[in-house]
Amino acid sequence: MIERVGAWRRRYVLAGLAAGAASLAAPSILRAAPSGKPVRVGATLSLTGFLAQTAIIHKIASELMVEEINGRNGLLGRPVEYVLLDDQSKPEMARSLYEKLITVDKVDLIQGPYATAPILAAMGVAQRYGKVMIQSSMGIPKLQTYDRAFPATPFGPEPDKTYPNVILDAMASFPTPPKTMVLLTSKFPSAQFMAKGMQTEAEKRGVKVLLYLEYESGNHDFGAIAARVKEANPDFLWVGSLGLESNLVLEALRKLDYAPKNHFHLYPAPGPLALSPDGNHALCSTFLEPDEPFMSRPGVKRIAGEFKERATKANLPYSTIDAQAMGMVSEWQILEAGVNGAASLDDAKIAAWLKKNRVDTVYGSLRFDGPYNHGDAAQLIKQVQNKEWKVVWPKEFAAPGVKLIAS
Amino acid sequence: MPSVTLLGQALISGVLAGGMYGLLAMGLSLSWGLLRLVNLSHFALAFLSAYIVYELGTNHGVAPWWSAAMIVPAMFCIGAGQHWLFDKFRVNELASLLITFSFAVILEAGIQLYWTADFRRYETAYSTLSIKAGPFYIPVLELTLCIVAGVLAWGTWLWLRKTYVGKALRASAEDADIAAAYGVNHKKLAYFLSGIGAAYAGVAGTFIALIATLAPAEIWTWLGVVFAVVIIGRLGNPLGALLAGMLVGASESLAMAVLSPAWAPVVSFSMLIVILLWDPEWI
Repeated sequence: MIERVGAWRRRYVLAGLAAGAASLAAPSILRAAPSGKPVRVGATLSLTGFLAQTAIIHKIASELMVEEINGRNGLLGRPVEYVLLDDQSKPEMARSLYEKLITVDKVDLIQGPYATAPILAAMGVAQRYGKVMIQSSMGIPKLQTYDRAFPATPFGPEPDKTYPNVILDAMASFPTPPKTMVLLTSKFPSAQFMAKGMQTEAEKRGVKVLLYLEYESGNHDFGAIAARVKEANPDFLWVGSLGLESNLVLEALRKLDYAPKNHFHLYPAPGPLALSPDGNHALCSTFLEPDEPFMSRPGVKRIAGEFKERATKANLPYSTIDAQAMGMVSEWQILEAGVNGAASLDDAKIAAWLKKNRVDTVYGSLRFDGPYNHGDAAQLIKQVQNKEWKVVWPKEFAAPGVKLIAS
Repeated sequence: MPSVTLLGQALISGVLAGGMYGLLAMGLSLSWGLLRLVNLSHFALAFLSAYIVYELGTNHGVAPWWSAAMIVPAMFCIGAGQHWLFDKFRVNELASLLITFSFAVILEAGIQLYWTADFRRYETAYSTLSIKAGPFYIPVLELTLCIVAGVLAWGTWLWLRKTYVGKALRASAEDADIAAAYGVNHKKLAYFLSGIGAAYAGVAGTFIALIATLAPAEIWTWLGVVFAVVIIGRLGNPLGALLAGMLVGASESLAMAVLSPAWAPVVSFSMLIVILLWDPEWI
């Protein structure tokens, strides 16, 4: 499936005509409608297959950003044409499609796909052709060894060390800090990677890990696992879940008449967990939520509103923008800054510019001069409070009047 | 060492989870065993049913049992219609695998087009209800599923063993020409059986909507284990499919309780390999 968004959209033709008429009377600074041969930006997303739930969010965010960029001055004054292909959640498909994007579709620039495995597959192709690749969802930064690959999400170079400590710091602020923990994780590589990190860091800080359990991705029956968690009865349950696995774990626990005291979920489906009767006070990682102080960052409020409108129109059950969608927004912001900063579509020049400069994104100011082109980690903790996700930790990022609640 | 309570609870959870394997396997087993058609679209039909139950329940307030009352007959018709296509194009066992895989892919795409790829969850007041029996908890929905699956499996088994139609179907599966010589109209019976298989997908789908997570790609997550269950339970034997489902479910669950949960999928396929190597007469 190929989708082209932006270049030949009627609204731009109309906008172009309107801008042309206006330019007769307007000062030169307002004559900024992109024109000329489109800059083709190619990417794949997992529009079908087991990662498709997240790809739809990224697709909406991407389309929104292409329109945003074209609504400004495009890239170097030229309109952006987004060439999107479906990698079906398969790394081998992503690899072939990036080859096609570069050699057959002759795209000028590329954006990364979603999730670690497709990103790694695409990165090999990008490296072969020397293309800059910006991605927002590679959970294992140390695997990003290509020097023109850039992260759009502030994971930091060692999230397996930094993430757990933010969580443990938050836990330590409880009136009764947890002393025991159960780690339950999917075998999905990035979840497993984080779980191992959590185990190591927790033990370093004297939190006893009672159980470390791994389950296959896509597991449906959590009955026996729930029975083990209940029997261990930890002070803190850490779930390395993807999608609705968190809901299934909590439901399985409730069927045993057990509610975990404090519980953290790694990559849950945000909407269903927030709305679930079992989700109250659930904790999760984030980089941004549609709340203050983040909404005061330039453009965030507008993007959040626009995203909600489009997601509702696309029939998504949870249409509030979150860190996932913002990752894609950040990708486009970095690409735009890189191209305009380098004043070139040349990948070497863009990469060189990004390594030397910071970029203002929805996640704040990001740098790319650290290990694996990562900058500082900026992980936050959010919590379900009254069926909404609220940033609760570190305290300076908590929305006004919101506090971390211990169970 | 796991406690008796943990082992008992794991066994209960596993047997009940196996009920779902069995329910999904029953329709597949009938079609494969008695019609010699491997119907991969069975999983997609079950998920289509689940999505319809979700849609009717969430957006229109229709109780799942009323949804099931509409969906099951509709699925019967779809199953019969599917068989009309197989019959018209003289689809054999191998071709059925490919064609029904295509059906499943098309249905998956259709589901995604309408409901999007996003996760759907049908929340009901009774989704986490459990009965307490001593130190054990028995989830009500899963128990209901097992009872329904048991009634269907037992009823179908009796129907195949005791009625003329059932015996005729089995005879046709053994040797269609000889059965035809005795006046068995295999074509007509095949339509009926194909409809029954799809109707079972409708029943399974109703419970999937209530118990599991809905996402289009989830269609494929049951495939491996259900195939193992169909083979272990013996082709064309609904009671065998249900018992095999419960056996596999219980084994997986005990593996999760005693070993690592990640070992659970290994159990079902190891059982399959052992049984195929052992080659007992009942397979």
